[in-house]
Amino acid sequence: MSAVLQNRSRRHFLKTTVVVSGGLMGSGLIVGCASMGGSRSMAKSLPPSAFAPGAMPNAWVKISPDNQVTIINARVEMGQGTFTSMPMLVAEELDVPINSIRVEMAPAKEPYINTMLGGQLTGGSTSVREAYDPLRVAGAQARALLMMAAGQQWKVEPSTLRTENAWVIGPAGQRASYGELAEAASKLQPPKSPELKAASAFKILGKPVNRLDTPSKVDGTAEFGIDVKLPGMLYAALAQCPVIGGKPVSFTGGEQAMKMPGVKKVVQISDGVAVVADTYWRARKALGVISVKWDEGALSGMSSAKFDAALKTASAKPGAVFHKAGDADGALKSAAKKVEATYRTPFLSHSPMEPMNYTADVRKDAVLLYGPTQFQQLAVGLAAGIAGVKPEQVTIQTTFLGGGFGRRIDVDYVIQAVEISKAVGAPVKLVWSREDDMKHDFYRPISMTAMSAALDAQGMPSAFTMHVTSSSVTARMFPAFVKDGVEPFMIEAAVVPYAIPNQRGSVMIHETGLRVGYWRSVSHGMNVFANESFIDELAAEAKKDPVEYRRALLAKEPRFLNVLKIATDKSGWGTPAPAGRSRGVAVMEGYGTYLALISEVSTAGNQIKVHKVTVAADLGSMVNPNIVRQQIESSVIFGLSAALFGEITMKDGVIEQSNFHDYPVVRMNESPAIDITLVANGEKPGGIGEPVTALITPAVANAVFAGTGKRLRSLPLRLA
Amino acid sequence: MGIKFNVNGKAVDVEAEGDTPLLWVIRDEIGLTGTKFGCGAALCGACTVHLDGAPVRSCQTPVSGVAGKNVSTIESMSANAIGKKLQAAWIAHDVPQCGYCQSGQIMSAAALLAAKPNPSDADIDQAMSGNICRCGTYPRIRAAIQTAAKGA
Repeated sequence: MSAVLQNRSRRHFLKTTVVVSGGLMGSGLIVGCASMGGSRSMAKSLPPSAFAPGAMPNAWVKISPDNQVTIINARVEMGQGTFTSMPMLVAEELDVPINSIRVEMAPAKEPYINTMLGGQLTGGSTSVREAYDPLRVAGAQARALLMMAAGQQWKVEPSTLRTENAWVIGPAGQRASYGELAEAASKLQPPKSPELKAASAFKILGKPVNRLDTPSKVDGTAEFGIDVKLPGMLYAALAQCPVIGGKPVSFTGGEQAMKMPGVKKVVQISDGVAVVADTYWRARKALGVISVKWDEGALSGMSSAKFDAALKTASAKPGAVFHKAGDADGALKSAAKKVEATYRTPFLSHSPMEPMNYTADVRKDAVLLYGPTQFQQLAVGLAAGIAGVKPEQVTIQTTFLGGGFGRRIDVDYVIQAVEISKAVGAPVKLVWSREDDMKHDFYRPISMTAMSAALDAQGMPSAFTMHVTSSSVTARMFPAFVKDGVEPFMIEAAVVPYAIPNQRGSVMIHETGLRVGYWRSVSHGMNVFANESFIDELAAEAKKDPVEYRRALLAKEPRFLNVLKIATDKSGWGTPAPAGRSRGVAVMEGYGTYLALISEVSTAGNQIKVHKVTVAADLGSMVNPNIVRQQIESSVIFGLSAALFGEITMKDGVIEQSNFHDYPVVRMNESPAIDITLVANGEKPGGIGEPVTALITPAVANAVFAGTGKRLRSLPLRLA
Repeated sequence: MGIKFNVNGKAVDVEAEGDTPLLWVIRDEIGLTGTKFGCGAALCGACTVHLDGAPVRSCQTPVSGVAGKNVSTIESMSANAIGKKLQAAWIAHDVPQCGYCQSGQIMSAAALLAAKPNPSDADIDQAMSGNICRCGTYPRIRAAIQTAAKGA
């Protein structure tokens, strides 16, 4: 397998990017984006220091003469651990100790494109799945080159050499460090298909390696976007239209603002008015005297009630069928018993701890970008268009992300920083307030899912249908993926794993008018909530234990059965729950990972408290079980915030929530004990950054039902 | 006339307007960026620093109010006995994910251990529930505080 991107994927990406930029910015950018694919021109635009000092056997490894090995990480670090897991893949085959390496964030460049997503984009729980083979090959190729260089130097066959801890060792005991060999190695051609280690020989992969970024994250030295500081940099605060999508018509107060300390300029950009000053607080304070006249746009006067009514109307339409088995309608007509239920999910904000921010330096013939984004390629393409330069004149440095969760796939804040820097003629750091961040998100879409099932005389389902109505993020971001009314990122985990003879799944794309974005676990969230709650309803109708009911329908699914058994055994399922508590179960497959989760819940009045969560996860193969555990813990808690509290609403066109007092999230005192069992069986690696976020919700709803008899079909889960 | 106070044991004299939140003075003027901006409303704890030893939210503390006082930030924790133990425990438990809130978490934990060297789980919950972590590192924070306390 080659570490180099296949042309097909790149072309596909360029096509979709063109559409994105067209959609966001008008057609002027198409040429800019389309021309950014050439890796040679991108490489030329890199500052000479980007890869110096040190020779590079390939795009992933840099070795300095003093034997310091640097591994390039192409997937942004937003908490999910790529800063550690990606280099582990290279280091294993390169045969260097993981704690001896340095990690550097990749620039925007062709070899770093994510072939699963077709762009230099981090998301979709793809990092490990996409890199698992290519990065090991890259490490092995680099090692092979170093051995070839040593072979030439010592005039021996490379096959007689071995490596150990960044040294090549010859048959007569010759030793050369990787650093000594790197320059010669970088001039050789690597073998296309170097032999990879057997899993049994792994020294790093599959081991619970400590994260490489932890030391810098406990002493304040880790650099996030908000920490970027450039010589001569100014700070910007931005007024955006209270109604999303609105544009500034004119503003007053500019003169007054200019008299305030430190204020350098007040500029109108396409979607706001920015005050630029010598410190952030001075810019923020002066923004208070600016009054903007807005054209509120299409969402003027919009409300949650109107959104809900339109969603309900849309849900009555047939949509597009994405799954069919047997004759669900026929089976429903002749059924002994028919069960129906409708599930709803609200708009959600991402609310990462680091509010949106970005630093741009627009010069006459170059743009420098610094900051947190999940989608470097899109940022570069759009920045070039705004600044009127060629994409190869744009360089981008990606900092750590103070959380992403999908929010930073959109680059609206990057565009704003570029526009402001261009208007001011200086490097500018734009920092949003928390209120800006919550009121100008790309929200997880609302959804409504109608379920129906036919039960036979034994209470087992003979037919199962789901009809999901929601908005498409992909139609805006990557429209080429939406075909015949079916949107792949709206129907994830929508087909149940259960052996039910007659099934139908349909999806109705309904645009509300409010912009929506990818939100951790994307459509798994709404689909797993509906499916796993509904199967629980069927078990209750059949008066059967929810675990036994699922087990009977999963007889031919050994990986499901295995995780279900582990989770039930470890949670004490089948034994009485502690006094006042009840348990709920849910299972799913998401991103290639098989999961079972049991929650233990109590209620007091209208309060739902989750005490304990037991998770069994079969990822096939794991790079770093320590980070896998972190991601499961993280997803339980992130998902619980949405399940118990998360709801974005609109009144008079304005998002009603503004900060963590009216958009509460789980805090430590609300965080459950989490027991995790990991299964590795040598199958292909599954993704783990997201799926549990979806799974926790039905498991809690099912536990609430077990404890109270109340079936909660709408999120957030509320007893009253 | 500048405002004079001490940051991590060093005297500073800053030119900021008196109503400027201490957070932005520390970050933009003094240049210590370990203290983070999260909510601007004392709701999330990301900006927690110590003021004469007590934890405060620097986003809601006007710089005029710290004149003559001692401010400690995350950057001083490796020179502080409790801070050092917490950092070691944070590394041992691999607490951070995105890491953005962790400076504030460690500053709150340091204040807790200074007041209660052997905190119960309930003490930890009470002291730490003002600090939000969207990555959900709470179980590891709790474990790390206990480890640090045992090593005290």
